[in-house]
Amino acid sequence: MNNADSKTESPGTDKPGTDNAAMHSPGQSAAWQRMASGSSVDTGKVVHFNYDGKQLRGVVGDTLASALLANGVRLVGRSFKYHRPRGIFTAGSEEPNALVQLEDGELTEPNTRATQVELYEGLSATSQNCWPSVNFDIGAINSLVARILPAGFYYKTFMWPASMWLTYEKFIRKAAGLGRSPVVNDPDQYEQLHAHCDVLIVGAGPAGLAATMAAARTGARVILMEEQPQVGGSLLWNQASIDGQPGMEWVKRSLSELEAMENVRLVTRCTVAGYYDYNFLTALERISDHLPVAQRSAGSLRQRFWKIRASKVVLCTGSIERPLLFADNDRPGVMLASSLRTYLHRYAVLVTNKLVVFTNNDSAYAVALEYQSAGAMVTLVDLRDDNELADNRFVQQAKDAGIVVHGGCGIVRVNGKKAIRSVVVGRLDAGKKGTSGPELTIDCDTVGCSGGWNPTVHLHSQARGKLQFEKSLQSFVPDQSADAAVAINPSFSAGACAGQFSLNQCLIEGFSAGSKAARLGLDSSGGPAVEQASMFGSTSEAVGEGIAKHADMLWTVPTDHPVGEGPRKHFHDLQNDVTVADIHLAAREGYLSVEHLKRYTTTGMGTDQGKTSNISALAVMAEIRGAQIPEVGTTTFRPPFTPVTLGAVAGQYTDDLFLQSRKTAIHDWHVENGAVFEDVGDWKRPWYFPRAGEDMHQAVQREVATVRKTGGMLDASTLGKIDLQGPDVAKFLEMIYTNAWSSLAVGKCRYGLMLNEHGMVFDDGVTTRLAENHYHMTTTTGGAARVLGWLEEWLQTEWPDWQVYCNSVTEQWAVIALNGPVARQVLQQCCDLDFSEQAFPHMSFQEGAIGNIPARIFRISFTGEMSFEINVPARYGRHVWELLYAAGQQFDLCTYGTEAMHVLRAEKGFIIVGQDTDGTVTPHDLGMSWIVSQKKHDFLGKRSLSRSDTAREARKQLVGLLTDNPETVLPEGSHLVSEILEAPPMQTEGHVTSSYMSPNLGRSIALAMIDNGLARLGESVTARLMDGQLIAAKIVEPVFFDSKGERMHD
Amino acid sequence: MLLIDCPWCGERDQTEFSAHGEAHIARPQNTAELSDEEWGDYVFFRKNIKGIHYERWVHDFGCRRWFNAIRDTASDQIFATYKPSDAVPDITAADKASES
Repeated sequence: MNNADSKTESPGTDKPGTDNAAMHSPGQSAAWQRMASGSSVDTGKVVHFNYDGKQLRGVVGDTLASALLANGVRLVGRSFKYHRPRGIFTAGSEEPNALVQLEDGELTEPNTRATQVELYEGLSATSQNCWPSVNFDIGAINSLVARILPAGFYYKTFMWPASMWLTYEKFIRKAAGLGRSPVVNDPDQYEQLHAHCDVLIVGAGPAGLAATMAAARTGARVILMEEQPQVGGSLLWNQASIDGQPGMEWVKRSLSELEAMENVRLVTRCTVAGYYDYNFLTALERISDHLPVAQRSAGSLRQRFWKIRASKVVLCTGSIERPLLFADNDRPGVMLASSLRTYLHRYAVLVTNKLVVFTNNDSAYAVALEYQSAGAMVTLVDLRDDNELADNRFVQQAKDAGIVVHGGCGIVRVNGKKAIRSVVVGRLDAGKKGTSGPELTIDCDTVGCSGGWNPTVHLHSQARGKLQFEKSLQSFVPDQSADAAVAINPSFSAGACAGQFSLNQCLIEGFSAGSKAARLGLDSSGGPAVEQASMFGSTSEAVGEGIAKHADMLWTVPTDHPVGEGPRKHFHDLQNDVTVADIHLAAREGYLSVEHLKRYTTTGMGTDQGKTSNISALAVMAEIRGAQIPEVGTTTFRPPFTPVTLGAVAGQYTDDLFLQSRKTAIHDWHVENGAVFEDVGDWKRPWYFPRAGEDMHQAVQREVATVRKTGGMLDASTLGKIDLQGPDVAKFLEMIYTNAWSSLAVGKCRYGLMLNEHGMVFDDGVTTRLAENHYHMTTTTGGAARVLGWLEEWLQTEWPDWQVYCNSVTEQWAVIALNGPVARQVLQQCCDLDFSEQAFPHMSFQEGAIGNIPARIFRISFTGEMSFEINVPARYGRHVWELLYAAGQQFDLCTYGTEAMHVLRAEKGFIIVGQDTDGTVTPHDLGMSWIVSQKKHDFLGKRSLSRSDTAREARKQLVGLLTDNPETVLPEGSHLVSEILEAPPMQTEGHVTSSYMSPNLGRSIALAMIDNGLARLGESVTARLMDGQLIAAKIVEPVFFDSKGERMHD
Repeated sequence: MLLIDCPWCGERDQTEFSAHGEAHIARPQNTAELSDEEWGDYVFFRKNIKGIHYERWVHDFGCRRWFNAIRDTASDQIFATYKPSDAVPDITAADKASES
């Protein structure tokens, strides 16, 4: 390493960032060095880290990128498509290249931007998209065949034959993506936080700090969010002064004022990622990512996901420098000019001592001057010709400092692949379409390029804000005119993100925006006026001063070949490997619109979402079309601004908190007695109760047989239950159900079907008249909430004057269904009521006591057996269950689960809404015309039953099916055909809705919906399974067992 | 995410509500006398407006009450919310105010 003539301290073996100097492997420069101090680092404190297996040293305050540069590491990754060597390109969240895999095992995270990863002791990172190593990468063979991998390659190549897609896909999937996803669960803790404020300020640069002070001084509740660990923005790296003092002194003063105010919340390491309607914004705060792994204690938060509702928003998000599009502009060592200043002043890293600055505007001259004065050899290449540069005071300053300025020139070649050895500069023709004359080779290892600046308008754009093209900047700025205001998202943009590039303008406009936002956020009183007064005094004009006049912006720097020919590539999107030639190709093939261009070439996609490439792509397309940039359009910016950890979005709502299960009052008994559970909606229901040695089939067959032989009990607590009261309930039920309700006597139960206005069945259940104006409605387990909502909708919106009050009581009552020939005897053991046929007939209700527990007992049946449903207050559910269970033992009573319940009801042909129906089924289709009142003038859905399609013959109808082979159980969902062809497609005539092995019939049974089924009893149909197997079955009545219903009575 | 002013509860996040399409469609009284076409209009046909839309909402995870909203479907600006029993608000003033 030769830096003997450096003005800074010489490297010593104990100095940070220098112990790697002896390693002169390809891809490493020998020209870097650590300076004495920087605004973000403590150069005296060493931090050890591991990169690609090598132990390196950085300092406290480094990012991974600055530490790598301080160690001379230039080659950090391989590009997505061509696997070209790539280096660190920027110093911020716009980084397209330096994506690394951070840590490994359960903590690993792919695609982290080295420019944003804060260095910590013991950090471990590896480069991505290269195998076996970044230095020797097999995939680089893609760049040798680049000619056959242009934009749209995949679309064109893998379209046919269609049958091969499944084969292609495997290889394409393997090649896609950059990093490796973690394969184990994320052990980190996250949380969501809701916050409300009067003013949210995004970005704590000079404009954001001024805005925050203005807003905070009104007393408004203010939140200021900053992506970086430090506030200050551009003042962290430029040499500006405010009030005659260094800019950072003003930052410190502002900060101490804000920190003393109770109405201000300042959040650093926090990226506002999304801006949604009504000023709802989301942000990701990184809480412990910057700490050594060992210090992140278990159970402490890694990241916090903010959900913010702000009355007003002030965006001070700054700007992103634009690269220049020249031949081989992707070589490691080509960087954004401003990032070189950031590394020098924030991180104390002199990236190079052999620098070429390549620019089309004045802002890059500061880089040249500062590197020159830090000891580097600097040459300036400026695309502007001598006429344009005449009288330019920055050019004069550079020349005075001894820097050679090549005006009217461009870089036409870059020599070196894994590191730059030199660049070749050519003189532009008059029309700037080509170069001519002698070329000049300049030795350098770094090129700082600047093509101007793009205001960071992402959040403004996400908030539906309009953009306007600012010609002097050649970029888009927020349209903040009154016409363009978005009523639902009141916000202001100030500072560089609004195209305001002088420090003075940033401070004044920031203060003004903060003040306006706070006052509009208050009540009409307006709050105290805040005067700008002498807050800032004078400022030096150093921030982005002289952002050029770009009237004749040259977007593509010519080389010795026309674009797209010859060996060299002009990359405009580094992350997706999209070149200027690809845009030309897209245009030739007709993809002229921005949205087509983006999808065809993939420009602007990926983790950086084109932060450094979007405007260039638009500009090149505009050039090709001979149009102005605004005519070509803008791409739509979508959230998130930078990638957000999915774990943080989920926050604390994982595992048990993700979806909470509902359990009945008897649940623990079921667990203790070996029940296997099934999810029904959010409920956990016993599916079956296996005895020792039984599998599911054996347990279910035993339960089904036992219920009919002796008896069984079922936990039916999950049934939806709605309490209805008021003088108009009967009238209401007449409208809600298809059958008659006014005639229902007190103490009687009735089954009903509910239709929607389309005439289709959507729920069923039994409703009981408990008293004159008091009813108890039951619904399906899954339909409980839907039915309550349905009742409330009609009562509130259509019949608000009807006196009906409904309330969900599902959770208030535990329900035990006691079924079978012994049900009455078992119940009689525990209750004094007279359960005789005369005293307590089928479809009636009585109140009584089980033991000393008050109970509502309904004699209703879903099994076709003698059956009582016993409702007790939920807290007594288990107690009563145990009483009945004990009483039942002498009668060989069993417990049964939902599967046996399904078989039992299917033996009887009782439907389950949602299983045997699917929203296209009328009561007539179910063979239940008997429940549709012909006398009632109206009920919901009635008129639809006489529409031509619902009234027609031969609709799909519910029937039974008996397979020719009684041992065969048809798979539910099987399609049924009459005419069997050799291969599909065949005309389907219906499908199997329910299918079981029935122990009581000694054979399989099924229910099905079949075209014109009720008229086809006795016919045969065939189910053809996926594997080609054919199962023949006969169409029969859908009631298989006790078709006269005698068992429900004595 | 919309911020919706429930006429009973005040401003709440959209996640507490669900939307139920066009408002002010009364259920016909004389359903038996309607032609298939008239009944079909009531059951199936809804406006699909780009612009000012009168629509039904319910505050499911709040007071469970139904109400109506006047919303611009293009800008998502909500000009007014009102109870089913309220007179339909005149939004010309609000509309103009929002334009100026």
